[in-house]
Amino acid sequence: MSVFNQSRSRIIRFIFLLAFLVIIGQLFYLQVVEGKYRQLAMDNAVFAKVVWPERGIIFDRDGKAILNNTIIYDLMVTPAEVKGIDTLEFCRLIGIDTAEFKKRVLDARFKNTAVRPSVFKGLLTKELQARFEENSWKYPGFNLVERPLRTYPFNAAAHILGYIREADTKDIENSGNYYRQGDFIGKTGLESFYESVLMGQRGVQYMIKDNKNRLVGHYENGAFDTASVAGRGLRTYIDIELQQMAEQLMSNKVGGLVAIDPTTGGILAMVSGPNFNPNDLTGSEGSKNYSRMVLDVTGPMLNRAIGGRYEPGSTFKPLGALVALNEGVITPEYGYPCGGRYTLCGHGKPQCTHAGNGHAANVRLSIANSCNAYYAHVYRLTVDNPKYGNVKNGYLQWKKYMNTFGLGVRLGLDIPNEISGLIPDTSVYNRENANYWTSCTNLTLGIGQDKMLTTPLQMANAMCIIANRGYYYTPHFVEKIDGETADDTTLVNRFRVKHDVLTHIPDTAFSAVIEGMNDVVKFGTARVAQIPGIDVCAKTGTAENYTILDGRRIKLPNNSMFVCFAPKDNPKIAIAVFVQNAGYGATWAGPISRLMVEKFLNDTLMTKSKADLERISKTNLMPAYFKRVQFKEDSIRAFKWYQTTKDSSYIKRYVKTAPKQPSNPADKKQPVHVADEWMAILPDRNPFLKTMNSKRS
Amino acid sequence: MRPQNAAISKGIDWSLVWIYLLLVSIGLTAIFAATYKEGDAIFSTFIGFKTDYSKQFYFFLFSFVLGFVILLTDSKFFSATANLLYALGIFMLLLVFPFHSPIKGTESIIKLGAFNFQPAELCKIFVALALSKYLSRPETDFTKTRSQLIAAGIALFPAALTIMQSETGLALVYFAFFIVMYREGLPSAILVIGFSAAALIVATLLLEKITLAIVLTSLMLLAVYFTRRLWKRKSGLLYSIIFIWILCVGIQLFVVPIAFKKVLKLYQIERIYSTVGKDVPTEYVEAHTEELAKATDKKKDIDYNVRQSKIAIGSGGVLGKGLLSATQTRYDFVPEQRTDFIFCTVGEGFGFAGSVVLLGLYLILLLRIVTIAERQRSTFSRSYAYGVASVLFFHMAINIAMTIGLAPVIGIPLPFISYGGTSLLTFTIMLFILIRLDADRQMVLR
Repeated sequence: MSVFNQSRSRIIRFIFLLAFLVIIGQLFYLQVVEGKYRQLAMDNAVFAKVVWPERGIIFDRDGKAILNNTIIYDLMVTPAEVKGIDTLEFCRLIGIDTAEFKKRVLDARFKNTAVRPSVFKGLLTKELQARFEENSWKYPGFNLVERPLRTYPFNAAAHILGYIREADTKDIENSGNYYRQGDFIGKTGLESFYESVLMGQRGVQYMIKDNKNRLVGHYENGAFDTASVAGRGLRTYIDIELQQMAEQLMSNKVGGLVAIDPTTGGILAMVSGPNFNPNDLTGSEGSKNYSRMVLDVTGPMLNRAIGGRYEPGSTFKPLGALVALNEGVITPEYGYPCGGRYTLCGHGKPQCTHAGNGHAANVRLSIANSCNAYYAHVYRLTVDNPKYGNVKNGYLQWKKYMNTFGLGVRLGLDIPNEISGLIPDTSVYNRENANYWTSCTNLTLGIGQDKMLTTPLQMANAMCIIANRGYYYTPHFVEKIDGETADDTTLVNRFRVKHDVLTHIPDTAFSAVIEGMNDVVKFGTARVAQIPGIDVCAKTGTAENYTILDGRRIKLPNNSMFVCFAPKDNPKIAIAVFVQNAGYGATWAGPISRLMVEKFLNDTLMTKSKADLERISKTNLMPAYFKRVQFKEDSIRAFKWYQTTKDSSYIKRYVKTAPKQPSNPADKKQPVHVADEWMAILPDRNPFLKTMNSKRS
Repeated sequence: MRPQNAAISKGIDWSLVWIYLLLVSIGLTAIFAATYKEGDAIFSTFIGFKTDYSKQFYFFLFSFVLGFVILLTDSKFFSATANLLYALGIFMLLLVFPFHSPIKGTESIIKLGAFNFQPAELCKIFVALALSKYLSRPETDFTKTRSQLIAAGIALFPAALTIMQSETGLALVYFAFFIVMYREGLPSAILVIGFSAAALIVATLLLEKITLAIVLTSLMLLAVYFTRRLWKRKSGLLYSIIFIWILCVGIQLFVVPIAFKKVLKLYQIERIYSTVGKDVPTEYVEAHTEELAKATDKKKDIDYNVRQSKIAIGSGGVLGKGLLSATQTRYDFVPEQRTDFIFCTVGEGFGFAGSVVLLGLYLILLLRIVTIAERQRSTFSRSYAYGVASVLFFHMAINIAMTIGLAPVIGIPLPFISYGGTSLLTFTIMLFILIRLDADRQMVLR
């Protein structure tokens, strides 16, 4: 029988062989032909862990860190590992109830699976972190994870330093995909301008992960890892104590302040009012505060020191004098018989605070007494200079001077969002005056009004030019970069170039103007800026301004302005201060400037100044009309919200109450019931023409 | 004693022993690679009986000693006690029902102290012996259908018991004994019919019911048309064609759906369908709603296993990543990787080259066993040798095929390699009984 079936052994062998050949065939396909599995295995098991570099630190002129990094902790939970913990005690520790605990654990499980850690509570306070650390052994499955955070130890210089945010899709695109989702990028201020220096270099660690996505070790012992390179520090000119004081002075005021060291162009302090604490934008309340500030009509996020448009008013006069002197249309001894108003254009404007007594008998006196008629006339003399044939050419020449002084152009400092202000082109006047106009048309340009708009930075820089007798360095914050490289020079080299723009103006002209400005302090309008032992040169300014509110043009309190530099010989600081709707230049901006100079040059304050500091800091000069504007903005937004969502919860607030003008602007919260102000939210047919009275005594 | 010992060692086929030792070493290495955790002290863990590779090492020592004991046993012992052992095996299988340990997914394991003991594994030896015994009886005439049915019964009775223990995979192994029966004279037609039935079932899975019915009917009509001249002479032909047609359509339209709806579990159906690359038809899913409710992620798991296993093997490339650099297997991406999916470790660690070497070893082993079988003078030894070859073949082919996506995932171990004491013990005993029988191959009667 065995012989009978002998042949079948061959068939069986053949079957065995066939099966093995099929298997080997499939193995050949999987392992040799198909290449994707190697990559799939890599994707499975190797995780490229990004190592964030520490961001660069920003120091003030004395080497104090004004923008630093700190570590804050996120409490993470890995739901699968949470076993046998005393939930009640844990909740008491963290300060939540058990229902919330359950919800959060469930959320974590849902979002990120039970085996991977997710945030249980973000950005723990120091106290909570300490409390948890003490007890952490009791709570398996919970652990703290470091999170680097920017911190501002002096709570100051928000507008200068800027802030960082997670890079959005646009940033990522613009960087050629260098940034990735989750990277932080400087959005404004120095953080943005010096991004390439501060960010450092991202490192990567290749980690092996297991089937539950837990990291279990280094891939190939870290052979492919790249170490991260920390961002480099910035050494700035900022005097942080000066900055802090300036912010204190500008609190509850709208305006801008810039202090520059004329010898280097280094910005010592820069404040925009209203201000905010930079630490508000970091940490757990960050995004909440951010949205609040974005919606605030007073514009705390706007840097008015470089982005505010102000008529310079009388602070412009020294510039007008210098131009005229250089053009030879006047000499330092030139006088104008001002009788209280300028009559040569027929309308008796502008008026002058002084009358007679030769208060404008020469350049020096005209500055000291701030004679409007004198400068209106000087302006006319400049633009009507026969040398240039007609007023348009003369005006263009004058405009060139203005641009050389830095007005009407961007200076290009090292933070973004600077505006150019405005020195209008002839085309503007041509259009408005049917191509026919004379020097009388824009006469008040001579006294820093008409269409002229400047920023505090531009005026401070103009002061530097006068203080330096003709040259300036582009204003900037950063003196040097730690470990400066060739690439960095493109960033900072232009700040090291001396611009000899107006050194061709004769020294006599500068002397006349500088002496005049010195006289302003000695016995002119800026006596408030006198500091014993220091020769301060200054010029006050007061500009009228109006706004249109509820369809009506209303006059607002004057802008208080002050520019100065000190000491007269060998100046070390130049300042421009603009306080909106505050009053005379000498009332608010003057003392603020004096305090700044005093603090910077003497390092201490006089007793009188200390009192002034106290008084000014406590004074609230926020214009009252903002309240009304805010109400309108909010109600319109609420109405739009209602229109799109039919959720009336917001709109109700504005229907029932509207803030009445409080007698004291410091009283902010006094919502008073006003019947049926429905229409407030319908700006198209706005019947409100009489609700505003913004005149303040 | 001395001359007798010498006689024994003379008859022993050392090539089988060496291949056996080689395979077990590969197995230990693979288990070591799959379960070793960074920082473990290799030597102490190897001795300590704590880790899987250590346990397997002791299992091996035990099995090997037992193998020697078998070599010292009189070869007549196995033929003499074959039926008794078979009865014992059935008894153990029955014992499982009241005494099985509560391990998830199976009811086939008895806990003996620290050891899990799986009678269904061990029973293969007894079936091989009992079948050989039956086939070698002088009074058995295997050309008779009755004998064939009895032989099939011997092989399939334990399979039925094993299915009842939720171990379909292990039960399927018993079908390997048809190769033995084929060698001993089972008509080829039965194997052809078996394959056809398998083909029909695969077609059932792949095609719509109605489409397949139409195809089958057309085939029947064609057959009737081409054989119309033969009807006259062989009147039975027409009836048999029609009978086959009815049978096929019946299986396809009724038997398979009923089996899928009532007999098989949803996860088994899913495995079957995932092998042919299709989703389970909704009608079958709906028939298992209560099971569906219990295990929602079962489907994902099955796909996951095979996908990860293919990634592991595929990523090995030509030469492999090296034993401990195999990320897939070392970091637990492949489930069951020390037991059923142990081949992944070899495939990833040693690549195509290593896999071919291992497969080559297996093939040499099988062909060697077939050669040995053919040189036996007794039917008992020959049948037993074929039994060993068939069971090994089935295990290897199906196990490796399932790791590379060629066969449905049925949980059967890779002989000598997979982690598991019972499995190693079973195959060792099987092989050493064969070696012992072969040593006395001159004996005709048993």
